Amino acid sequence: MKIASDPQSWAKFRRKAEEAWLELLQGDRPLICTGMSTCGISAQAADVQAAIEQELKAQGIDAKSMNVGCLGLCYAEPLVYIRIPGRPMVCYGNVTVKSGPNLIKDLFLGNNLKEEALGAIDLPEMKDLHHPNLPSIWDHPMIKPQVRIALRNCGIIDPEKIEHYIARGGYRALSKAIDMSPEEVIEEVKTSGLRGRGGAGFPTGMKWEFCRRSPGLEKYLICNADEGDPGAFMDRSILEGDPHAVIEGMLIAAHAIGCTRGFIYCRAEYPLALKRLQLALDQAAELGLLGDHILGSDMSFDITIKEGAGAFVCGEETALMASIEGKRGMPRARPPFPANSGLWGKPTNINNVETLANLSSIINNGGSWYSAWGIGRSRGTKTLSLAGSVRRTGLIEVPLGITLREIIYGIGGGISGDKACKGILTGGPSGGCLPAAFLDLPVDYESLTEKGSIMGSGSMIVIDEDTCVVDTARFFLSFTQSESCGKCTPCRIGTRQMLASLEKITRGLGDMTDLVRLEEIANVVRSGSLCGLGAGAPNPVLTTIKYFYDEYEAHILQKRCPALVCRELIGYFIDELKCRGCGLCLESCPVDAISGEKGAVHVIDQSACIKCGACLEVCPEKFSAVVKRPVQCI
Amino acid sequence: MKKKASRATTEDGVQEIWKGLHGEEGSTIPLLQKVQSKLGYISPEALREIAEAMGLSESEVYGIATFYSEFKLTKPGRHQIKICMGTSCYLGGGKELLEHMSRELGIKPGRTTEDERFSLETVACLGCCSKSPVMAVDGVIYGGLSPSSAESILAHLESEP
Repeated sequence: MKIASDPQSWAKFRRKAEEAWLELLQGDRPLICTGMSTCGISAQAADVQAAIEQELKAQGIDAKSMNVGCLGLCYAEPLVYIRIPGRPMVCYGNVTVKSGPNLIKDLFLGNNLKEEALGAIDLPEMKDLHHPNLPSIWDHPMIKPQVRIALRNCGIIDPEKIEHYIARGGYRALSKAIDMSPEEVIEEVKTSGLRGRGGAGFPTGMKWEFCRRSPGLEKYLICNADEGDPGAFMDRSILEGDPHAVIEGMLIAAHAIGCTRGFIYCRAEYPLALKRLQLALDQAAELGLLGDHILGSDMSFDITIKEGAGAFVCGEETALMASIEGKRGMPRARPPFPANSGLWGKPTNINNVETLANLSSIINNGGSWYSAWGIGRSRGTKTLSLAGSVRRTGLIEVPLGITLREIIYGIGGGISGDKACKGILTGGPSGGCLPAAFLDLPVDYESLTEKGSIMGSGSMIVIDEDTCVVDTARFFLSFTQSESCGKCTPCRIGTRQMLASLEKITRGLGDMTDLVRLEEIANVVRSGSLCGLGAGAPNPVLTTIKYFYDEYEAHILQKRCPALVCRELIGYFIDELKCRGCGLCLESCPVDAISGEKGAVHVIDQSACIKCGACLEVCPEKFSAVVKRPVQCI
Repeated sequence: MKKKASRATTEDGVQEIWKGLHGEEGSTIPLLQKVQSKLGYISPEALREIAEAMGLSESEVYGIATFYSEFKLTKPGRHQIKICMGTSCYLGGGKELLEHMSRELGIKPGRTTEDERFSLETVACLGCCSKSPVMAVDGVIYGGLSPSSAESILAHLESEP
């Protein structure tokens, strides 16, 4: 008999997990946590952790070392939390292999707070443990405006330990849901106003109801973790930081709909997420939270991971199902909808990772608790991946209805390098580019759509004056064009034609009729494609033409790129009054296009220059002799 | 003649993996993935055997393998360099990084150096957007790169076989 099947042993297990968790947070043994999700690891967090462990050993300090997921302050990675007994954990940012061991020395020997401290990680379950001279991390300017529901455990618990998840209230919602009738669960989710967080924004409760009512003994549930949108990493962070939140969400959905088997379709580009998911599934099965007689009830449910193989279009639900069936991942016409005929012809319900991660909180606290946040028909919170030209990049969760200004200037801390904000790309390659004039626009499904963009999966990339919107539109089109599966002719041929026009324009070879053609083709692609890839592909083009018409005009009429990005329209020059002849540019030039004696003014041979920008990168700031300037192309 | 000789080299691998999957429905993609992780790519012989195991035609398997960007039909280098071309990386210098690496290695993206040491590829997004530009070398992700810092990572690899 499995632990979770027997109420008594389950309660005992939970109590022990809670005690162990509190001991970790408040006990006598020091604790060192390192943010070890992919973003932290890419910032060398593993090396930092090893250096710290070595120092602890050298000092003879017996401390517990623990891995946590992503707290969302990605700009400050690697993050390390250090807890000295009697005080809450303190979060330190930008820790290096050098500064990490020094922190240990100073803290354990001198007990000084270091200026790198970002805040104290005080959790509600801790008793009277506020830091005497450090503000709480929850008051940090990047975190304070957030409401963390889907991300509640990310960066707090060790994602590889089910005990941590359980200690923080995990799987309580599942017990509660199993005690409710499926209809009651669906009603609660409907009340919450939760909508699909993958992009389409379809009401989750309604989607479940369709599938529940659909006749059939065998029904499938799929978790869509094919986060292929370039610029989005919220699903990766949830899977890496709190995989059980997704599994519990799937179990609640399975109970509500009556699904017997579940699949998680996760992209292969996320190896760490795949590893932690599999581990989480094994742990849940061992306790009896998956399999037969879940929590002692009649419910049976199993989850299998299906690894994606690199195709953006597989984020679309019918394409995703084709891929699970082992075929080319091409979408098909709907109806029949997956709720009636989905995977292998069986009724199927597909929800995104973030949608599922919200469910346990909704069941625990009630639908109206969740719907208290939000605006209009967009209720609750949304996780966003904030990147691009902002000071504080990272993963955030905000109440819907927050303005773009609050996100960029409040949470993000403004534009990096004090440049001017040009706009924001929302919703990835199917989204749009909104100008800085819309900074007071509320972030919700309807407002973004009204302006020609979309919420999408929630990627937000801030652009400054140094970004060329025409080139950005070209970049997105090159992505959708190469990812178009080729089934619908307007998408297959239309994206290629749009890309050709945009390439002409960025090379200074466009004329004004290209703009008319772009808009014409865009409308055909939008209305003549089966799935969201084609329907959304024109958005970056249409929004940039609409809001940045003058930049298109500059490229076409004056053959000039105002942001100095489009290579055919710019040149690199050395200012003879500023050049001191240090020779750095000459050394860095990969094609030997720069000449000049040491100490004398250097010159770039324009006919040999490939415009890679290496000279500009290495020219010392005190000289700033290498400049980019517009040039007339032929 | 060629067919016969190459058959013997991969047969065991594919059959073994196929057995491990218990002939599960829709397992063409997992089979391709497992074969690739063993051989490093999908050789023509392996493709033929996968088709046989799945009861599909070779052209069907070829159609599946070429649909997904993960599958390689040519032998990759010993070290695989993937440059992220997600939006954040593209805007943050990923394009320049790719061009630099392409120049340094003397190969276009999608190709392998003559000495079979390096393969250069692009990837749609590694999900490390706040660390742009990013590249992965043999699965290890490096963030906040410049062309020169990326080069020094490779230089470190150069000393190894």
